[in-house]
Amino acid sequence: MSSSASSAVESNSFVDGTGGPLEAVQQCLTFFCAGEEYGIDILRVQEIKGWSGVTSVPRTPEYVLGVMNLRGVIVPVINLRRRFGLEARDFDASTVVVVVRVQMMHGTKTVGIAVDGVSEVCTFSAEAVTSPPRTGGRTEQAFASGLATVDGRMVTILDIDTLIVSALEDF
Amino acid sequence: MSIDLEQFHDIFFQESEEALDAMEQTLLAIDASGLDEEGINTIFRVAHSIKGGAATFGFSELTSFTHTMETLLDMVRSGKVRLSSGETDLLLRSVDAMRELLSAARSRQNPDPTRFTGIQSEFARRIAEANGDAPAPAADKVSAASSPAATSGRWIVRIAPRIDLLRKGNDPLCLINELAGLGESSVRVDAASVPPLADMDPQVCYMQWTVELQADVVRADIEQIFSWIGDEAEIAIEEPITQESSFEEETQRPADESTKQAAPAAAAPAAPAVPAPVAAAPAETPRPHSESTSIRVSIEKLDELINTVGELVITQSMLSQLAASIGDHRNDDLKNGLSQLERQMRALQESVMRVRMFPISFVFNRFPRMVRDLGARLGKHVELKMTGEQTELDKTVLEKIGDPLVHLVRNSIDHGIESPETRAANGKSDTGTIHLNAYHKGGNITVEIIDDGAGLNRERILAKARERGLIGPDEEPSDERVNNLIFHPGFSTAEEVSDVSGRGVGMDVVRRNIAELGGNVQVFSSLGKGSTVRIRLPLTLAILDGQLVRVGKEVYVIPLVSIVETIQMRRDQVSSIAGGAELFRLRDEYIPIIRLYDLFGIEPDSTELFRGLLTIVESDGRRAGILVDELLAQQQVVIKSLEANFRQLPGLSGATMLGDGHVALILDIPGLMASFESEGGRPGLSRSAA
Repeated sequence: MSSSASSAVESNSFVDGTGGPLEAVQQCLTFFCAGEEYGIDILRVQEIKGWSGVTSVPRTPEYVLGVMNLRGVIVPVINLRRRFGLEARDFDASTVVVVVRVQMMHGTKTVGIAVDGVSEVCTFSAEAVTSPPRTGGRTEQAFASGLATVDGRMVTILDIDTLIVSALEDF
Repeated sequence: MSIDLEQFHDIFFQESEEALDAMEQTLLAIDASGLDEEGINTIFRVAHSIKGGAATFGFSELTSFTHTMETLLDMVRSGKVRLSSGETDLLLRSVDAMRELLSAARSRQNPDPTRFTGIQSEFARRIAEANGDAPAPAADKVSAASSPAATSGRWIVRIAPRIDLLRKGNDPLCLINELAGLGESSVRVDAASVPPLADMDPQVCYMQWTVELQADVVRADIEQIFSWIGDEAEIAIEEPITQESSFEEETQRPADESTKQAAPAAAAPAAPAVPAPVAAAPAETPRPHSESTSIRVSIEKLDELINTVGELVITQSMLSQLAASIGDHRNDDLKNGLSQLERQMRALQESVMRVRMFPISFVFNRFPRMVRDLGARLGKHVELKMTGEQTELDKTVLEKIGDPLVHLVRNSIDHGIESPETRAANGKSDTGTIHLNAYHKGGNITVEIIDDGAGLNRERILAKARERGLIGPDEEPSDERVNNLIFHPGFSTAEEVSDVSGRGVGMDVVRRNIAELGGNVQVFSSLGKGSTVRIRLPLTLAILDGQLVRVGKEVYVIPLVSIVETIQMRRDQVSSIAGGAELFRLRDEYIPIIRLYDLFGIEPDSTELFRGLLTIVESDGRRAGILVDELLAQQQVVIKSLEANFRQLPGLSGATMLGDGHVALILDIPGLMASFESEGGRPGLSRSAA
């Protein structure tokens, strides 16, 4: 009983500390992939790394770029363009690997996602996110959890769990 | 509110199991060298502490069993029963029974009564026998007549628990019940210091007890009840001097002692049996007293530590390479510092690795018992010799090597060592010897099982192999190849199947288990003189001796233990059969060629067989050649999991970090050969689910 009371106090002070309203807010890291802007829940992002090459892994789908050494841990890297079924392009100085933590059936995994470049961290209220319209067809829509508008630009919020779980298990 | 006793269960189980191991070893030492007081005391303490724990946690079968056992042991201690080889056997069987009772308690099942009641009533019979021999006719309590000092039979025991008694998992009620089990008793409680409810800590015992006991026992019997309490309670045992015994003799008896009474005092004197004719080797030296201080740490914490150190080593080698590439005199200090760091890192890594290492005696210790039992059963005289028991290896390897070793030793006794008559007829000493030997050799552990038995019969193996079509009728294979046939699944030359061995299952499993540990096994034999099985094991599963190979731009690691040799092919050694499979003729056998670039879909330097190198690998007795472009360095690599963040992949067993920080994949040779066989080396990527 006492522990739940204290945690309630903590969460209050957290909201007070940020000075934000009591309604739910979402912070997203946004990045570019094939000219479009996508967002990932910032709490899932562990770090952002410059592209420094990977070791390719045989007998895996094309969207699996390979594995990299993240401070002694082997981490797979997914090519987001390929995962969306788009044309790959050469990696350059702006190419980055967003390292995310995803929830799998048996615990969490750390996975890198190679994207064309990161944009910014934006904050919006839950109401500002609309569910994506059903347009059928494109692969990436299966991975979209919502749409948000930031400074007049449309950002697709990705459901990172579905995206990664399917990438690691569907082959 | 009750204290959650379950939090102590695991500790109790762990400690009890360790105690039982100690007890087994002591018993075996007694078996070989005769009774000594220290040994008996060790066994007694084990039985007693298990009994105490079991009573506290309410494992009634275990409590009752250990109680009876303790009673017999106490008689041995007081010299009322001589521990002959018969009793040793009984006690050894009781170790097994206690293990079963423990594991039943652990899995919360009711133990199978047939497994222990027999032994328990056997104990009771012997106790009754001994009591029947004792001068005091009515004596039924073990130590009734054992003390020279006559007792008044009236005792006052004061129990003043300290603050920790309950927290350590002790239950005063158990103590009082045990006291009550000794005889007539009355209990007074002193609850004066119990605080108001609001201030009460439920895990603190505030009460004190005074037990008045009327029992025909000696002080030591009462002290024993409290011996496992340690310092957690103050115990005062008093014996009032003036007291005429007014109690009836033995009016009450706790239920768990009824077995003792069940056996009537059939006063057949326990004939002290002569030591069994078949005995395991006497311990060469008295077992050193193992009283080192230690702490318990969970394996996960250790592995985390080992992993972190592994990463540090890689980072350090990256820094060293970086410093070497700078090539500037001003960096001398930096380089000196880094090379010092390297030395320290190596020392750190070594000591961290050693934390997981245990002496192989943990496995060897079970063999004296096994050899003794099995030798007796088969009517063979077998002496067991063990050397290098202090050789250390990784705990995981240690756990998995036990069963294969048991199998091999069993095979040696059953098939290797001949009967005493045969041995005598062949001019050998009628006692056969099995020698277990362990030693370090070049980053590996070698374990040998050497027997001086009949050896492998080449002719019989060959005949059997020809009969089964494993060897062509005209072939004259090398001794090595013949000896290796015993690892073939279902292969046995035993004329009759015994329950020990001869079914032909086992040796293939032995080899597979050893291969899974990254080791290998060889057999050497000389007909009539004996055979040697040599097992080579890695020191640890965290590090692997690897051969780095290059195919195109990719670097892979092949476990050195799988590699037979690497050769440059000549045109006349290669042939292909219908369907396109390419075969390489290696001396007297044809082995398939795996074009790794094809299987993995990568761009090689050259697709021309004769420009590359063929690395011959072996798995499960089958060989294959892997075509690579270049051999690079041989080095120890730290094995990293691919599964942790990715998934299991066919043909790959893990990954490792090279000195430059890049990742290299480790090939899983058995898996690679399996996927090659199932796909027939079909070029291109496999996209199907593995």
